[in-house]
Amino acid sequence: MSGVTRRRGRAAGRARFEERLFAVVRPVVIVLLAAITLVPFAYMLMLSVKPVDALLRNPGSLWIAAEDLTFATYGSVLRPASEGGQGFLGMLLNSSVVALATVLLTLAAAVPGAYAVGRLRFFGGRHVSALFLAVYLFPATLLAVPLFVMFAKMGLSGSLAGLAVVYVAQTVPVSVHMLRNYFVTVPAGVEEAAAIDGASRLQTVVRIVLPLSLPTLTATGLYVFVIAWNEFLFALLFLTAEPGRWTVSLGLQQLANGLEVSKTVLMAGSVVLTVPVVLLFLAAERLLTEGLTSGADKG
Amino acid sequence: MSTVRSGARKRRRPPRTAAARENRAGLAFVAPTFLVVLAVVILPILWTVLLAFQDSALADIQEDGLLGRWTLANFEQVFGSPGFWSSLGTTLLYTAGATAGSVLLGLIAALALRRPFRGRGALRAAMLLPYVAPVVAVAFVWEVALSPQYGVVNAWGSRLPGWGDPIAFLTTRSYEAGVFGVHFDVPLALLTVIAFETWRYFPFAFLFVLARLQAVPRSLEEAAEVDGATLTQRFRYVLLPQLMPVIALLCVLRFIMTFNKFDDVYLLTGGGAGTDVVAVRVYDFLTSRFDVGAASAQALVLAVVLMALLGIYFACLAERVQDEPA
Repeated sequence: MSGVTRRRGRAAGRARFEERLFAVVRPVVIVLLAAITLVPFAYMLMLSVKPVDALLRNPGSLWIAAEDLTFATYGSVLRPASEGGQGFLGMLLNSSVVALATVLLTLAAAVPGAYAVGRLRFFGGRHVSALFLAVYLFPATLLAVPLFVMFAKMGLSGSLAGLAVVYVAQTVPVSVHMLRNYFVTVPAGVEEAAAIDGASRLQTVVRIVLPLSLPTLTATGLYVFVIAWNEFLFALLFLTAEPGRWTVSLGLQQLANGLEVSKTVLMAGSVVLTVPVVLLFLAAERLLTEGLTSGADKG
Repeated sequence: MSTVRSGARKRRRPPRTAAARENRAGLAFVAPTFLVVLAVVILPILWTVLLAFQDSALADIQEDGLLGRWTLANFEQVFGSPGFWSSLGTTLLYTAGATAGSVLLGLIAALALRRPFRGRGALRAAMLLPYVAPVVAVAFVWEVALSPQYGVVNAWGSRLPGWGDPIAFLTTRSYEAGVFGVHFDVPLALLTVIAFETWRYFPFAFLFVLARLQAVPRSLEEAAEVDGATLTQRFRYVLLPQLMPVIALLCVLRFIMTFNKFDDVYLLTGGGAGTDVVAVRVYDFLTSRFDVGAASAQALVLAVVLMALLGIYFACLAERVQDEPA
């Protein structure tokens, strides 16, 4: 009898001890997580508004003295090369053109297929759906060689259009997957009603299903935009020889490889490269996280 | 009136026709997407396979056409080249380390952010920053921060006892560390890229685990709590079994992605100092030697190794599922 009570007492003691322990550990972990995610970005911002000699004088400083504060770094990184800058403004334009073209092409290519595998039963549908998913897991390195050769032959290497096509190859499979997960949830009654009213399948999709899916289309588009904007390997393979067509990612890497441009100017370049993505992401965070993880909570 | 009539017409039509019409619509809708995937993904990959068995440099592909000059020389070159096996080993270490690190940190983050607190929404959004930020920008920040000359890490670290000289994190193949008089070598550059990869991808794991965590019914844990289970016991016996499927999925996904990863290693170390993963070798074959055949063979070997590993994993999984009592 008393043994049981004692054991219970000990278990309750352990429970209390653990409650207290984790009441301390949890906030510590939260602070650490906040630190490792935010400090690198704060460091980036801070170095971007500092003259380089201030960095070299005191590399450990995590603050900017008021007299050191400068925005000349941004001017220098954004100005075109002809005016002594690093030409990031032009690169921003290149990156935007490629990313936007990728979004439009990817959505145009992915929507019909996603609708078909999500909503229609047809011969081979399951296999095609599995194929799209398998392709998503194929390594980019396998694609790099043939695309490199093909584009060299077609004279497309060094063109932004070629790069956009490569990015479509990278983003169509995952877009099909994200869109399919949404199309599955559109109530069948909506489409049946349209069909009864005499709408063809295509009309139903264009007039009913797509407007309903606007949030998901936006999320998928944003995700594709971010992938295209951030991409580096294929930009490096195709565009290195053409400085006028560099994307921001490529330009930053190429300049960071050299020694001529000061680190703080390049930090301003990093901020310029990062800010558009972060703004887009913050504007649509909820949409994106739901689109990405939909299905994960089903077991 | 018209709806009634069309409804009646629908009922009279045999169901086979409706299914056939759906079949036709499905094929019509899937065709464009399928063609795009075929043209830009599947055919190029098949071509990689062909190229791997052909003797071709970039210059003479024009003359040879698609087929011809079959050879196994590329594979001999790949397997025989110095550093191939050690590079495969490095890739495995890098992949295993980064996968384990990012999933574990993601799990810890999800558990810590499970219950609401002030600023949780903001922190949750902020924690995704490493994942969405451009890799070139964050790699550059790490490079500067870890620099022995002007980096903040060395500037602060050198104030710690035992740090000594500034440490070149990204260019030191093996660092002799001493703890309590015991000296051992640490593959510093490799550990640094693993840390980078862990940092960059833990948000991905965090998102998935958190989504799953929020779907665990509250009553399960309450019942365990009433039965006197402590916090760690509740995690071990109630939460973890619920999370296991998503953790396994994340490990597989992260393993695949990291195994083929090029950017992160290339940007941080250029593949030097003991971080020569196979993906960087593919790039080197392609760009410095324009050896298309060897690059294809190398990429193919990488893909086959990955598929073999996944095959083993799923075979083990299937066996375990069979062993479990239904």
